[in-house]
Amino acid sequence: MLLASLYNYWIVIALMMIGLYMVIVQGNLIKKIIGLNIFQTSVFIFYISVGKVDGGSAPILSAGESLYSNPLPHVLILTAIVVGIATTSLALALVIRIERAYGSVEERDIQAAEGEQSC
Amino acid sequence: MLTHLPILQVILPLVAAPSCLIIRRASLVWLFTLAVSVAALAVSVLMLQQVYTAGPISYTLGGWQAPWGIEYRIDLLNAWVLLIVSGLSSVVLAAAHTSVAREVDSNRQTLFYTLYLLCLAGLLGIVATGDVFNVFVFLEISSLSTYALIALGRDRRALWAAFQYLIMGTIGATFILIGIGFLYMMTGTLNMADLAVRLPALGNSATVLAAFAFIFVGICLKLALFPLHQWLPNAYSYAPSIVTAFLAATATKVALYLLLRFTVTVFGVELSLASLPLESLLIGLGLVGVFAASAVAIYQVDIKRMFAYSSVAQIGYMVVGIGIGTATALQATLLHLFNHALMKGGLFLALAGLVYRVGACRIEHFRGLGGAMPWTMAAIVVGGISLIGVPLTVGFVSKWYLIAAAVDSGLWWVAVLVVLGSLLAVAYIWRLVEAAYFQPPADATRGEAPIGLLAPTWLLIGANLYFGIDTRLPVEVTAAAAQFLLGGAQ
Repeated sequence: MLLASLYNYWIVIALMMIGLYMVIVQGNLIKKIIGLNIFQTSVFIFYISVGKVDGGSAPILSAGESLYSNPLPHVLILTAIVVGIATTSLALALVIRIERAYGSVEERDIQAAEGEQSC
Repeated sequence: MLTHLPILQVILPLVAAPSCLIIRRASLVWLFTLAVSVAALAVSVLMLQQVYTAGPISYTLGGWQAPWGIEYRIDLLNAWVLLIVSGLSSVVLAAAHTSVAREVDSNRQTLFYTLYLLCLAGLLGIVATGDVFNVFVFLEISSLSTYALIALGRDRRALWAAFQYLIMGTIGATFILIGIGFLYMMTGTLNMADLAVRLPALGNSATVLAAFAFIFVGICLKLALFPLHQWLPNAYSYAPSIVTAFLAATATKVALYLLLRFTVTVFGVELSLASLPLESLLIGLGLVGVFAASAVAIYQVDIKRMFAYSSVAQIGYMVVGIGIGTATALQATLLHLFNHALMKGGLFLALAGLVYRVGACRIEHFRGLGGAMPWTMAAIVVGGISLIGVPLTVGFVSKWYLIAAAVDSGLWWVAVLVVLGSLLAVAYIWRLVEAAYFQPPADATRGEAPIGLLAPTWLLIGANLYFGIDTRLPVEVTAAAAQFLLGGAQ
């Protein structure tokens, strides 16, 4: 069954869409950041899924094992996780300063304060 | 020493960035940063010479052979972009001391230079590396430092602009990451040259096309290609003036390099331009971008914002060049890459001079500026003329090649639209000229910008004129680079 055997990819797609939707729709800046996090997490799961080899064990050399999962995507995603944390912390720091400057973390209030021109 | 040039290019600013925090004194940090940037420039000059005479350089990090290890591969295209980025960064830094002292709080100035070096390291890294995952990492290094640099602006709107850019930029970078994941899934390699060899064998696989779509959209977000440009005007308007000059001269150029590298080298012209309707997409979006952004620029009150929209329009021209896809067209794009960096670098530095004296650069501050700040205003006029594309300036050279390429490919209407787009630039530059020379001064006591800002401004504006007349260096290098790009990825 194609649907069931690729279930991790369906999870990836679902998380990706939920994350993007939150970033676009939520007016609260903190919730936007959470959405961005969910979006990034979906990509982490995607990479980990790619690295899985059917029947392979953890990529640590040991006696009696000949088939290992691909460790490279894991390493790549460690880097991407670090990048994600850096992005989140920078975003939160910006939100703190936005809150101090505007007295709100709602997109609507900030745009109203600026009389934001579109385009 | 000479064999390690590719890594020195990136590692110098990367290691120097945290060292700034040890020095602490703002003016010493500035001197140190400038020295590092000039050293990076020297490295890029040496590499361009080496590549021009002896062909591409391949450098394996830690001696691990490609495609397993990370490879830095310098060919004419990277070497050219590296030269532009490190050169412009050095000139902008030379002006930074005067402007930053006025625009950034004194306790943050050391951090400003740290971030600047990190951003430079990221940009140089994106261009130097031959590994697609490395591209993502350096992209995030440069992006994260850019968000923080923008947030250093005094106006509270700088924070909001930085946040918006952070959201857009992260989505763009994550899209690129997804695309890289697909590529790795299909080929098992991350090395660009290796990918270029393996991808054609897969044909029009849906996964490869999805990878291309994700990477393409991600890069276009970073590039601020119309209609994905919304973050750019705010970011450029509210960032400190030096940051605007630096970003306008380098960041979008690097994104354009990535677009070229992925469409032409990694995916290959057969896939990206021949089997997908990318040609009409790029030409279409590019031209709509030229007209929409130029039209919006005419009505801007804030002049930094006006030139930001003008940048979006100029990116349109470069993308049209990629869309046409012939050797002359790619050459036009590469020429415009260099020329636009010179124009916008010069123009935004001149605006930094105005901000230094007045504190803002709205259209009403330009009234009578021709008398009050003659050198600054003259720089803006010459830069503007170059932006329009009048002969004897660099702007003319690149537009000439672009129009020639369009006519060669039988795309007459593109050539006509490029000329018409340039006329819109006349409209927004003329507003400044009219205010500066034909209206009475608002405040007669204003002095000229300090020499620390004026000298770098005129260095860039002078380069606009010099390379507009003596076109040999850029034309020869870009012609060879375009030939090389189309003559196979290796």
